Amino acid sequence: MAKINLDHIRHAYGLRPTAPQDYALREVHHEWNDGGAYALLGPSGCGKTTLLNIISGLVRPSEGRILFNDRDVTQLSTEERNIAQVFQFPVIYDTMTVYDNLAFPLRNRKVPEAQVDKRVREILEMLDLSDRAGKKARGLTADQKQKISLGRGLVRSDVNAILFDEPLTVIDPHMKWVLRSQLKSLHRQFAYTMVYVTHDQTEALTFADKVVVMFEGQIVQIGTPAELFEKPSHTFVGYFIGSPGMNVLSVDVQGSTARIGDISIDIGFAPKVGKGQKTELGIRPEFMKLSRKGMPLQINKVEDIGRQKIVRATFAGQPVSIVVKEDGEIPTDAHVDFVNSGINIYADSWRVEREG
Amino acid sequence: MLELINVTKVAGGQTHIHPTNLKLERGTLNVLLGPTLSGKTTLLRLMAGLEKPTAGEVHFDGADVTGMAVQKRKVAMVYQQFINYPAMTVYENIASPLRVAGESQDSIDREVKKVAELMRLTPYLDRQPLSLSGGQQQRTALARAIVKKASLVLLDEPLANLDYKLREELRAELPKIFAASGAIFVYATTEPSEALLLGGNTATLHEGHISQFGKTISVYRNPVDLISARTFADPPLNTMAFVKSGREFKVADSGPGEASAHKSLPVPAHLSGIADGPVTLAFQPHHISLAAPFPSAPKLRVKTLISEIAGSESFVHVEFGPSRWVMIEHGVCDLEPDTDVEVYIDSRHLMAFGSDGKALAAAPHDDSHRAG
Amino acid sequence: MNKTWNNKAWFLVLPAFIVVAFSAIIPLMTVVNYSVQDTFGNNEFFWAGTEWFKEILDSDRFWSSLGRNLMFSFIILVIEIPLGIFIALNMPRRGIGVPICLVTMAMPLLVPWNVVGTIWQLLCRSDIGLLGYALARIGIQFSYASDPLHAWITVVAMDVWHWTSLVVLLSYAGLVSIPDAYYQAARIDGASRLSVFRYIQLPKMKRVLLIAFLLRFMDSFMIYTEPFVATGGGPGTSTTFLSIDLVKMAIGQFDLGPAAAMSLIYFLIILLLSWIFYTVMTSSDAET
Repeated sequence: MAKINLDHIRHAYGLRPTAPQDYALREVHHEWNDGGAYALLGPSGCGKTTLLNIISGLVRPSEGRILFNDRDVTQLSTEERNIAQVFQFPVIYDTMTVYDNLAFPLRNRKVPEAQVDKRVREILEMLDLSDRAGKKARGLTADQKQKISLGRGLVRSDVNAILFDEPLTVIDPHMKWVLRSQLKSLHRQFAYTMVYVTHDQTEALTFADKVVVMFEGQIVQIGTPAELFEKPSHTFVGYFIGSPGMNVLSVDVQGSTARIGDISIDIGFAPKVGKGQKTELGIRPEFMKLSRKGMPLQINKVEDIGRQKIVRATFAGQPVSIVVKEDGEIPTDAHVDFVNSGINIYADSWRVEREG
Repeated sequence: MLELINVTKVAGGQTHIHPTNLKLERGTLNVLLGPTLSGKTTLLRLMAGLEKPTAGEVHFDGADVTGMAVQKRKVAMVYQQFINYPAMTVYENIASPLRVAGESQDSIDREVKKVAELMRLTPYLDRQPLSLSGGQQQRTALARAIVKKASLVLLDEPLANLDYKLREELRAELPKIFAASGAIFVYATTEPSEALLLGGNTATLHEGHISQFGKTISVYRNPVDLISARTFADPPLNTMAFVKSGREFKVADSGPGEASAHKSLPVPAHLSGIADGPVTLAFQPHHISLAAPFPSAPKLRVKTLISEIAGSESFVHVEFGPSRWVMIEHGVCDLEPDTDVEVYIDSRHLMAFGSDGKALAAAPHDDSHRAG
Repeated sequence: MNKTWNNKAWFLVLPAFIVVAFSAIIPLMTVVNYSVQDTFGNNEFFWAGTEWFKEILDSDRFWSSLGRNLMFSFIILVIEIPLGIFIALNMPRRGIGVPICLVTMAMPLLVPWNVVGTIWQLLCRSDIGLLGYALARIGIQFSYASDPLHAWITVVAMDVWHWTSLVVLLSYAGLVSIPDAYYQAARIDGASRLSVFRYIQLPKMKRVLLIAFLLRFMDSFMIYTEPFVATGGGPGTSTTFLSIDLVKMAIGQFDLGPAAAMSLIYFLIILLLSWIFYTVMTSSDAET
């Protein structure tokens, strides 16, 4: 396993990029720890797959270097980087049996057959495919095929990193729960360096120690799931993570008071907001509490989605969503309170730190 | 109204759809919820007339349309793949069904603009579909289905190929768009959360059987059988075999010498009517927690496996005897694996199923504070 | 999956059915009719039963022609299929090279059969032919007209030149349909070039290769025009294939009965061999 350094990496697919918009990946400069589980999260076209391909060596970055354990691998081919990768759609070798599919990466590297057998049997056991070991891979269902792809990614224990490119796309929701927790326990057990690309926040947050949120070719925040939830550093992170996303209200900040229309909210600290900057208050639907007293609110619609209810409402003329627990009460004459610790202030879409 | 009467589909010796009866009213949104290969697509194709039932009849507004060719029915279909005419502009794509119907240029223009506005496609009318994002491409396909004024619109996992956030946005918009059109909408999906967000009615489908059909939220709350409950649970439903004996549910295969306090549950009021004997108890992952949901909530001792932290909540996987459960905890909850913890069961929401998988009693739900 | 039921659809098939009936089934029946009768001209026919069939099956002439046919098909399949795959593998997958290669490859397919024969006939002549002259200059007296081996080389070269392109184009179509992820996965799995071919490209090309194989087999087994034009079946009978023999018999000697019997046997052989090939090559799909 290896530590991964992304040293001032930029990438453009066209020739001679000039403006920042020409870059699919603007500037990435980070160090990822050995044995860490990272998720690259963002909408399509945000550059996450480009970054993954740069790590795997399928794409050479236009600028910058990539290092595994301080060794420059920028010019090395995919094979030489010694990594494993799982793709979005199942890639299986049709003519081989399930067993041979899993053994393939090991046999190619001349691993002794006894060791191959041991490792393959472990993986088969883990993926619950032991009874199909001798079957041709062709006849399997899509999620069984994807399990084989996952297995081929996991079968080598000496890889520098294991990369996942939206690997659960073709998997049914119930199976996703099973496979996700299996990946997680594998990570716990073997401390692989794992990089997982997805647009699905649940997958990213549950999989990773650190989630890398990307937007328009840039990394907007790297943080633990809790940090991303509680302190999104950009309004995009607030919107992208959480269902529904964070409520973003335009406000006027004076001292430690935020004014929304004719409502004043004490935010408990005095954010430094420059003149002329667009100022916004972000609060997650989970941190708005319906009450009988508090600030006035107009409820437009209540969506009962089983586990919880989503209240769509208008607050000081701006639309907001509020999450209420399954058995939570929705008063007829509803008012709302903000949980103070859940309030974040944004200047030109970037979060203003509380301290200082 | 679309009515399926004993519709059956057998192909290549395999039964794809078992005899199915279903009545769908005009102006409703109906979700077909089930895993891959449960028969959702086949059922849609039978409704559309793309496939002929092996037995049974399909009625539309009272008339038998079983053998009628799909071209003669007023049906629109939207697929998982974004299917548009690549060489036409978005405008022409949306206009195409109207042109086929031979409508006048004026009315085509009016209709296209109206639907484009509804689907938020107005700025892209002159673009070609392939130059748009996936979400916009699928909106174009949806717009084409809606503009056709079909009386039956079938959607086969239309959001499956879209980004998570785009899905969330469209899910919130679709019910409004559907309500405005007055057609019968049938929406196939594998995701329980999607069904819940869309609302309307839901039919749970499993191996070619419809196990339950009704209002989405009541199917979710009061599943008639274990299959229906399982289909409708995300994260997966927590289940465990118990034996009812008097006022107690005892773990079916409890070993000797274990503290019985952690191996049994008191029978909650709404299940007191069921007979003694083996039952399968089931509850949703948010009805098990580290904190007591109400003062006298029963406790069980479980072993932790792994914790997944998802920001606002955590999914803790635990083991109880032979069963694996998922527990949803609020906030960040990272429990050390392989430790014994005591958890509370919200027994008010406990479901009980007999050996045949049928629900033994409906879980009560307090509807009093549900607002419009 | 996309089956609709509509009996009117049969009307759409009807024209094609009629054409097939007139162009294939009715002539075939005529041939069957000839094959069991004898004639001395004047449109008088006599029942001959299986006599002609016996005669054909007993004749050395038939068996040696058949042997030559099998040999010819075998040689060209052994050359064209691997060569076609090899060329397809080395063709560019994107960029300006793609249309150039495709057009170049399609060129031989556009040349009519008899022209191919003439081209090679001229090319191999040692007095005026480019190839024949060049060979003569380095001391090889190349003569397809007098040396059976040279005649065979000429006929095989002609066919390879003419038809390898078909195999190339079909293989290429199979290759470009393989998603990039497969190649990437193989690189990551550390697969060798040979493994990529063996486990990804070949399995994915299998269906089109089956079509290429059957087309090339049937076509080569029925070869007529090129050897007819180039070597006329000679020298001696060394390049006399069944089809050439058949024409000699039917038109040259006007032995309608034996010729009809022979065509039927010929037809059945092609049908049988194609069926065997198809069954063998698709059978591995069924195993699990």
